[in-house]
This record gives sequence, structure tokens and C-alpha cells, in this order.
Amino acid sequence: MNATIAILLIQDGLTNGLLYALIALSILQVFLVTKVLWLPAGELVAFGALTMGVLNTENVPGTVWLLPCIGLAALLSWCWTAWRTQIWHGVGRQFVYAIIYPVLVSAIAWWASTQELSAWVRGVLTLLLVAPMGPLLYTAVFRPILHTSILTKLIVAVALHVVLVGAGLFFFGPEGLRSAPLITGRIDVGFTRLSYQLVVVAVVSMVLMLGLWAYFERTLWGKALRATAMNRLGARLAAVRIETAGLIAFGLAGFIGALAGVLISPITTIYYDSGFLLGLKGFIGVVCAGMVSFPLAVLGALGVGLLDAFASFYASSFRDVIVFAALVPVLMWRSLYVRHEDDES
Amino acid sequence: MSRKLFALMAAVMLSASSVSFAQTPIKIGLTGTFTGPNASNGIPYREAAEVFPATMGGHPVEWIILDDGGDATSAMKNARRFVDVDKVDAIVGSTSSPTAMTLFDIANNSKTAQLAMSPVAISDEKKPFVFNVPQPVSLMSAAIVDDMKKNGVKTAAFIGYADGWGDLNWNIFKEMAPKAGIEVLAEERYNRTDPSVIAQVLKVIAVDPDAVFIGASTTPAVLPHATLRDQGYEGPIYQTHGTVAQAFLDAGGEAVEGARMPTGPMVAANELPDNNPIKQVSLDFIKKYQAKWGDGPVSPFAGYAWDAMLILDAAAEKALATGAKPGTEAFRVALRNGIQSGEEVVGTNGVYRYTPEDHYGLDERARVMITVEDGKFRLLEE
Repeated sequence: MNATIAILLIQDGLTNGLLYALIALSILQVFLVTKVLWLPAGELVAFGALTMGVLNTENVPGTVWLLPCIGLAALLSWCWTAWRTQIWHGVGRQFVYAIIYPVLVSAIAWWASTQELSAWVRGVLTLLLVAPMGPLLYTAVFRPILHTSILTKLIVAVALHVVLVGAGLFFFGPEGLRSAPLITGRIDVGFTRLSYQLVVVAVVSMVLMLGLWAYFERTLWGKALRATAMNRLGARLAAVRIETAGLIAFGLAGFIGALAGVLISPITTIYYDSGFLLGLKGFIGVVCAGMVSFPLAVLGALGVGLLDAFASFYASSFRDVIVFAALVPVLMWRSLYVRHEDDES
Repeated sequence: MSRKLFALMAAVMLSASSVSFAQTPIKIGLTGTFTGPNASNGIPYREAAEVFPATMGGHPVEWIILDDGGDATSAMKNARRFVDVDKVDAIVGSTSSPTAMTLFDIANNSKTAQLAMSPVAISDEKKPFVFNVPQPVSLMSAAIVDDMKKNGVKTAAFIGYADGWGDLNWNIFKEMAPKAGIEVLAEERYNRTDPSVIAQVLKVIAVDPDAVFIGASTTPAVLPHATLRDQGYEGPIYQTHGTVAQAFLDAGGEAVEGARMPTGPMVAANELPDNNPIKQVSLDFIKKYQAKWGDGPVSPFAGYAWDAMLILDAAAEKALATGAKPGTEAFRVALRNGIQSGEEVVGTNGVYRYTPEDHYGLDERARVMITVEDGKFRLLEE
């Protein structure tokens, strides 16, 4: 181990760490607002990266079929609830959001995928296709069970994760994909050379993290979202619409997932089942933050990334063992020294 | 669906051939992984089966094709059905090593020859009715070590999967390399879905080996390769024969130019010398396959299926000559004896010569070293 290797390892660790941090943020804010453990966060990243990868080969990505399917599921789920409660208010809007939009975007993507596109247009197309999956999955799966316990929502989230991995295999196939970089070339920063792609990843993630932090800490809407998480009844009394809050949280989760997918697709090869490990490592970051603090979650995720890099250097066969084993002391410390918040549901 | 198709094929063929009319056809069961995550390896077998000829040893043949989805239990169920319900004369499959190995007992107990379509280790007690068709991993790895030696490589490093395939390659490599005078300096592992292998690559570069061997397969094999090149490693990089697929070239692009790997001769059939008997068989199969499935590259896996058919074809002729009737135990045993008669069968991926002692049947003719040149697999000059 010399200085050059250490710098490269840190650079690698921070790159992966930023990715884990984005996933950690999306898991954390969904959890804070809806008490849903957003395990499928990694799947959305994988879908984003795979869509990007397929667009790169100028083929039609499977997302074009997947998105309308999820939209249909969302509409059916909404109608089922509406039929049970006999409240059909907003059915038109629901139809536009769950059917018209997915079909329209898919049609555009279907047509555009065979054209010669710049990497940036592909990125935007991917965002349009993958980001709505967050809110649509919320309407389809979590909206009817928002009032249930954390455990129920966790089990449903695990089930959704399994379904999405299966869908990934069906719509994208078993082979991994990688896309052309958004910008090529490297920049010399004195002691090492960074690729522009890395710089883009770093800048975008930083901006996103700061934005999220400011949104939740400094704006009325963000505070309303947090209020929903703390006390649902109180928030309702204070005129916060709980279901809209959930929709916003999942909208953010979908957007972050799709964006992370677009960002990592040129850096590494992504498979239909890559999402699970990514999600798990992001989740460790959230756990380090005690499932409450945004800055701590980011730090935790960066730490996981660094540990990842150094563990693969010293003992590559035991890398994941080391990373997951590191969770044990963190959990022990938290359960011993941090006040346990009561489970509210 | 496939079963229906083949029943139909058999029916058409039965009515067409006046000689063999009303004869019991030879029945062959093929079980493979055509759905699920490993389907991309299995599907070429099924595609090859659809261009199989309608007779075997001059006798009508019915192929029964079932999917096991890569699941060992389903593979066993399929094999049980072949043996108990269909009364097949031979089993071909399955297309992955673990699923193929679960069928050994069924094959031996029912005295039905099994041609494994993925490299398997056959113990002496399972040997009587089990045959291995694809090249054993050791035969392929030996080609890598030979090539390293020929190019004056003195030190090498290994980066491979942290799973069974990585272990298999590592164990063989670590044993063979020192015998060829090559010192193995490092062993690094990674997972198929890892987002980065920079750490492992840095460690490999730190020991400065003459060559690197990547024990991985298809697209995940690209990551260490590209990272090595990205970090400025200039020595030769060897890949396993598991990377010989279009997906590897697509995912690797320019980064994998110059990669060296062993494979069956079919991949480079066009470039083989004319006096190589494999060339004619390979080109003949490729022509038939492409006539049905379009002009894309033909997977070596499809070639294994074709070879199994050729082996059974040669054996069926001998078995029929004994006078045994298809569907009986006497015929199944005669067919097995026909396979292990010690006569050479030229296939697309090698020259097979099975004897009662040797159920692997392949020699050095079953492999060539290829390289990636301009985004295509090309034969390495001898």
C-alpha cells in the first residue's frame, strides 16, 4: 500500500459511497414519511441503468412495457380502494397519471430509441421512464396499506423487491449492460486524475443531497412531510394530506433511483439483480444514521463505500462479509446508547 | 410446446419415409435450462435441436424437449418422465453442471445413456451410463497455461468470481501454472454484480505480473478486464472459455480488444486449416443453423447439442445393427455400447472418442486459442 494506491482506493470508495448515499437518502426519506422500508430502491437504480444501457445500443428498452404495466396495476389498485369506499373523486386525474402518461412516455421512448441520440437525451428519456415508477408503485402497493404496522409494510416491501427482480429479468434479460459515458476524458487535479464522469457523479449527488436536506429542514412542504412521519393524526389535523405526502416521498425516491441509475450506468456493468446489494449497502448507511438523520446517513453510506474498497484490497474474498459484519458493532452501539423511539403506527 | 412440435416433426417424417413406416422411433429426451437467469446459455441447445435431422442411424427419431429452468428438482422430474413415461433411449442434458449431475443416478438405474451438456466430474460408480460432451475445464485451462508458456510468461495473477466457477478455475490454474514454470503471484476475488473491482486490480498491478487470468464468464468478465486496462496494465489478459459470447464483446467494446481465451474450434471454424476434419462439420452445422435462425454468430453451446446428436447418430447405427428394438433395455445398453465403442466421431467442437474407461472423450483437438480483434473472435496464429 502506497500513497497512489490509497488515493485510488479512496476515490473508488467515495464513488461507490456516493451511490450508496443516494440510495440511503431515498430509503430514509421514504421511511420518514411513510414508515415503509423502501427495499426496492436498488431495483429502480438497476432499472435506470439498464434502460440507459439498452438505449445506448439503440434498442427498445423493456421499461417501455414495464412502465405501463405498473401504471395499470396502480389504476386497478386505486379503483379497488375507490370501489370499497365509494369515493370516486379524482378518477380522471388518476387515469391520466397511471395510464395516459406511462403510455405516452413509453410511445415516445419506443420511437426515440431507434434514433441517433446524444447521451444526455438518453438520460432524460430514462428519467422520464423510470422516475414515475416510484409514485406508481406507491399507488399500486403501499397506498392501501399505509395505516398498517411497520412490519406489514416491510413484508410487502420485500415481496415487491422480489417481484421487481423477476420483472427485471423478464424485461431486460440476464446479461449486464453498460452505456457510453456522458462526457469522456479525464481531469488532472495534481495528485491524481479523475474522469469527468466521476466529477459529474460527485457534483450531481452533492447537489441532490444538499437539496434534499434543505427541502426537509427548511421548507414548509418538507416540514409537513416530516410531520406526517412523526404523527399522522396530528399532521392531518394541521391540514397535511397524508396520501399526498406519501406520493411526494415516493416521487422523490423514484427520481433519485432513476438518476442514480443514469449516473452509474457508464461507470459499471449493471445486471437485473444488481439492485439488491446496492440497496442493502445503502440501507446500512441508513441504519448507521439510526433511520432519522440525513447527514449521518450520507456519512454512513460513504463509510460503507470506503470500507468496501479497502476490504476488497486486503481480502477480496471476504469483502461483503467484512462490510456486513461492520453493521454488528454499529447496531450494538445504537441499541445500547441511543434512546429507543416508540414504534408509532 | 416444443414437445408438440417434435411430435409433429416425427409424424411428418414417419409418413414421409416409406421404409421406416410403422417402426417404433428412437426416442431421445433433452432437458435444458430455457427459462430463468441461465437461459441465455440453454436456449442455443434448443435452437440447435430444431435443426436436427429426422433420422438417426437411418431410423426415425423423436426428440422430446423439456425445460428445467436451471432447477435441479425440475431436471430430475424431467428425467424421470423421460425414463418412466416416454421410455427414451438416451438422455441429453442438462445444460448446467449442477442440473446435469442430479441426473446421474436416474441414468444409471434405468440403464439409459446420459450425455451431459455441461462439464461434469464423473466418478467411477456413475461412469457406466454417463458421458461428458463439452470440454472439461482442465482441458481449457491447460490451453491457457500452454499459451502463457509459449509467450514467455513467467509470473501471473488471478482475478476470479468468489463462487464455484471462480474456485474451479483457480484450483486448476494454481496447480497447472507452477508445472509450466509460471509463478502465481496473486489471487483476487469479486462478485458477479460488484460495481467496482479497482481495489483488486490495484493489488494485482502492484505485484506486476507478466499476465493476468480472469476466472469469470460473459459480461461480468468485462469489469476486471476494462479496469486493468484503465489502470494502465499492458500485459496479456486471459479469459476463460465462458466469455466466448456476443454479450461479452458487446459489453466490453474496445476495452477487451486483445483478450485471449480458449474455446471449441467451432467459434473460429472459418479460419481453421482445411485439413482439419472439424472445419467441415462445423461449417455444415453453422449453415443449417443460420438458415433457420438468421446470420448472427452461432453459440458454441448450440454446437454441443449438435455434437450430442452426431454421437448418438453414430451409436444408433451400431445399436440397430445388433437387432435390438428401440424402447427396450437391450437397445439402451446397445446404444451406450455404441457410444463407447472407441471409434472417433468428428463433431463441431472436437473429435470425440469414448471408450469404456474414458467417458470424457476429448483431446487437444477440442480447443483452440482465440483473441478479440476488431470486435470479433479470431483464431490466434499458432
